Amino acid sequence: MTTHMPSIASSLVAILPELVILVTACTVLVADLYTREDQKESNHSLTLAGLVAALFAVGLVGGGSASFAFTESFVRDPMSDLLKGAILVVTVLTFVYAKDYMRERDMWVGEYHVLLLFAVLGAMIMVSANGFLTLYLGLELLSLCLYALVAFDRDSKQGAEAAMKYFVLGALGSGMLLYGISMLYGAAGGFAFADVAAAVASQGNGDQILVFGLVFALIGIAFKFGAVPFHMWLPDVYQGAPTSIVLFLSSAPKIAAFAMAARILIEGLNGLQTDWGDILVILAVLSLALGNVVAIAQQNIKRMLAYSTISHVGFIFLGLLAGTQQGYASAMFYSVVYALMSAGAFGVLLMMSYRAQDVQNIDDLKGLSDRDPWLAAMMALIMFSMAGVPPMVGFIAKLMVLEAVVAQGMVWLAIVAVVFSIIGAFYYLRVVKMIYFDKPVADLPVTTNASARVAITVNGALILLLGMYPAALFSLCQKAFPI
Amino acid sequence: MLLEFPWLSLVIWLPIVGGIAVIASGDQDADLTKRIALWVALLTFAVSVPLWLGFDASTAEMQFVERSSWIPAFGIDYYLGIDGISMPLILLTTFITIFVIIAGWDVIQYRPSHYMAAFLIMEGIMVGVFSALDAILFYFFWEAMLIPMFIIIGVWGGPNRVYATIKFFLYTFFGSVFMLVALIYLYFKTGSFDILGFHAAPLGMMAQVLIFIAFLLAFAVKVPMFPVHTWLPDAHVEAPTGGSVILAAIMLKIGGYGFLRFSLPITPDASAQLDWLIIAMSLIAVIYIGLIALVQQDMKKLIAYSSIAHMGFVTLGFFIVFAIFQRAETAGAVMGIEGGMVQMISHGFISGALFLCVGVLYDRMHTREISAYGGVINSMPWFGAFMVFFAMANAGLPGTSGFVGEFMVILASFRADFWFAFLAATTLVLAAAFTLWLVKRVVFGEVKNDQVAQLKDLNRREALNLGVLAAATLAIGIWPKPLVDVMEPTIENLVQQIQVSKLPEPDAATVPPVVGLQP
Repeated sequence: MTTHMPSIASSLVAILPELVILVTACTVLVADLYTREDQKESNHSLTLAGLVAALFAVGLVGGGSASFAFTESFVRDPMSDLLKGAILVVTVLTFVYAKDYMRERDMWVGEYHVLLLFAVLGAMIMVSANGFLTLYLGLELLSLCLYALVAFDRDSKQGAEAAMKYFVLGALGSGMLLYGISMLYGAAGGFAFADVAAAVASQGNGDQILVFGLVFALIGIAFKFGAVPFHMWLPDVYQGAPTSIVLFLSSAPKIAAFAMAARILIEGLNGLQTDWGDILVILAVLSLALGNVVAIAQQNIKRMLAYSTISHVGFIFLGLLAGTQQGYASAMFYSVVYALMSAGAFGVLLMMSYRAQDVQNIDDLKGLSDRDPWLAAMMALIMFSMAGVPPMVGFIAKLMVLEAVVAQGMVWLAIVAVVFSIIGAFYYLRVVKMIYFDKPVADLPVTTNASARVAITVNGALILLLGMYPAALFSLCQKAFPI
Repeated sequence: MLLEFPWLSLVIWLPIVGGIAVIASGDQDADLTKRIALWVALLTFAVSVPLWLGFDASTAEMQFVERSSWIPAFGIDYYLGIDGISMPLILLTTFITIFVIIAGWDVIQYRPSHYMAAFLIMEGIMVGVFSALDAILFYFFWEAMLIPMFIIIGVWGGPNRVYATIKFFLYTFFGSVFMLVALIYLYFKTGSFDILGFHAAPLGMMAQVLIFIAFLLAFAVKVPMFPVHTWLPDAHVEAPTGGSVILAAIMLKIGGYGFLRFSLPITPDASAQLDWLIIAMSLIAVIYIGLIALVQQDMKKLIAYSSIAHMGFVTLGFFIVFAIFQRAETAGAVMGIEGGMVQMISHGFISGALFLCVGVLYDRMHTREISAYGGVINSMPWFGAFMVFFAMANAGLPGTSGFVGEFMVILASFRADFWFAFLAATTLVLAAAFTLWLVKRVVFGEVKNDQVAQLKDLNRREALNLGVLAAATLAIGIWPKPLVDVMEPTIENLVQQIQVSKLPEPDAATVPPVVGLQP
């Protein structure tokens, strides 16, 4: 008994950030029952406090080489530190942006906080998984919360439809992943990524079962990312779900999905890099092409951003498929940066909808610069960043991915990527055009609150400053993939 | 002391920070805002003067070099420096911006703070383009330039501004992303993004041709060269006066600068092999676009087309050198490139001034149709004098700067091929035809209508603008020596550089390089 004590203690230290989130979630769940209707504000404060505390916990236990917990099923390493930090930051942004929106729509309830916190917990467990079982646990915790959150507006038929679609397709994706995991388990005889890596090293790609497992696991990854041809759920869910939920859906889970891809492909199946690299080439090119082209045809801004997400996933895959430290680090950089940009974009849409109709169509952004110049500037900044125009960070992210791809001699892939970036620039520009060059339909000032304004300013400043000084964040990303 | 102070960073960041301050000052007190903007522009020009005074015109080395690590993981540096090619262009930029700020003084009523700030930020970015010696830093500034211009045309432009500005943005963006891929490829060949390192890197013929084409796409769109020039007339017509001035006077020069900094030294063999393409595109620009300019009904469009024709001269001067090498001459080659450079500077003054002239008329009559005018000189004698002067300069009248550059390029062309020179010289006829005809219809003749009869002559601000630009045009026209002297060592060095083949040895055996022709 005594021999186990130190290991449990050290395990608890390693999972401190997760513990903080778990405790916060449970506290909010219970406290919500005992607070009067007019005191629900405390939920918000408690949640934010918990998130910030978790962020500190990440800083406290983070840094240094990897440490393991619970018989090595859980790992805390430089990659998990950075990704957890990023997840927590975008979640804080989510709560701040969403507050007034949810309150106006009578959705500012305890369950919202609890579900979102559990989703964050799931994402964090995914990020720190050191084996397929832990990964799957985290993934399901995240997904189940998200299914419920998508349907959070109970009166919305669209929301229910979106949740149904998301649930069915998400379950299918999870099923594929699980099927792949079972094959990998069969071939490797263990759930840990290290076991699979050892099996790959000894058997190579001659083992049919390993390759089969890889394909199904990869399909699961592509589902969760929303890469073409597994993207069908994404536009419908983005359109149907409440904007505040889409804000979360498009940021934190994408970081978690990157962690899933990195853990499975790089830590587990690195020996099969030539196999999954080729598959990722196809997924990446299709995502870039379909995402950017179809986005042009969209009138609904949430759908447009959904297709834009698909195209950005193409870029993340480009970094992964390069198969080098530089490539992995650039893909990681891209995921974090994308989450920031996406949070900002939906944040602006949310702020515009606080005391007004939901912003649904691109036309609704017309004349935003007359209605609210600061919000307009932030949205334009984010759009230029997504289009990959310097000095915004979106350009640096694309540059790094392209460098990794060209370094592997795949110049043609870089050219495909930039050609579709040009096509993509058009629809981002169209948003800027609506904001700055068109007259507003309804000339009402946008009513926002101070905290959301601070949040969007910080968000925009991060996008600009990371574009000018990307070195620090990038070196953190590089540390996540030691050679 | 003079060389150690980070003057270049100051010239880049002062207007950018100043621009942000101008936005922050808001539109409540528009007069104060404009005065801040003007002071920032004047101060920027003042701090750019040391670049000229401290410049050592006896060497082709990079000067005022600043270098510090920026993104170490990719070998990207914050690396600035200027030579005889970039220094005059930087001074042109800081000089012209002052007049753009002054020209927008009364005219811009809608959010003047944003208008002024956009131009100041633009100024800093353009100086950055001219002084960057790191390829990614260059690309950073190169692309960032699109954002303020996109907004300037789109917000303060004419009725069809949205179409024009999106066309402008997408055309330029299209051109430049291929350059980015080429730059990344070069990074893996040389191990850093140092542009001077690129100059020294040996490259095979196939790689050179592809890189050359990638650069050509970027720079040809920017210059613009026939057949990718079609964004320019739209952008010019819709842009506010200040936007047109910056576009014509500086942004087009960035394309020409790109040819000198990237295409020629990095891919000399491909440039030698494909020089016929550029020469053909340039001559088409000179003649065909000159003819198109002749039939324009809109003053701004006419000057826009005239800009394309004049920039054709610049690219002709740059690429005629390879034909001259085959005749075993170097002096002619230096003259060709120098002529192109002088033409760029001079065109900066003249086209800027012509767009200001059109702006003066437009502010009073709110039309740019040539047919709406006639006999302007009767009511605006001072304006008429300036307009005639700049038209003459545009046509290449000796004594004005327009003559110097054209004359040098034509002389150089003679050393290459009589027919190149002959075709190039038709510009003297065509440019005279379209500008003098413009002057005849707008300035001279019967007073067209009552509106023209009641026009007020130049106010002090406008007179100051045009007067200073006229003085600059005359100064370079009469005494171009200081300008040429500054550029000479750099251009001689460049000519030597591009005579040396960069092909690796095995390739050099199969493709005969253009070297060793000096007697």
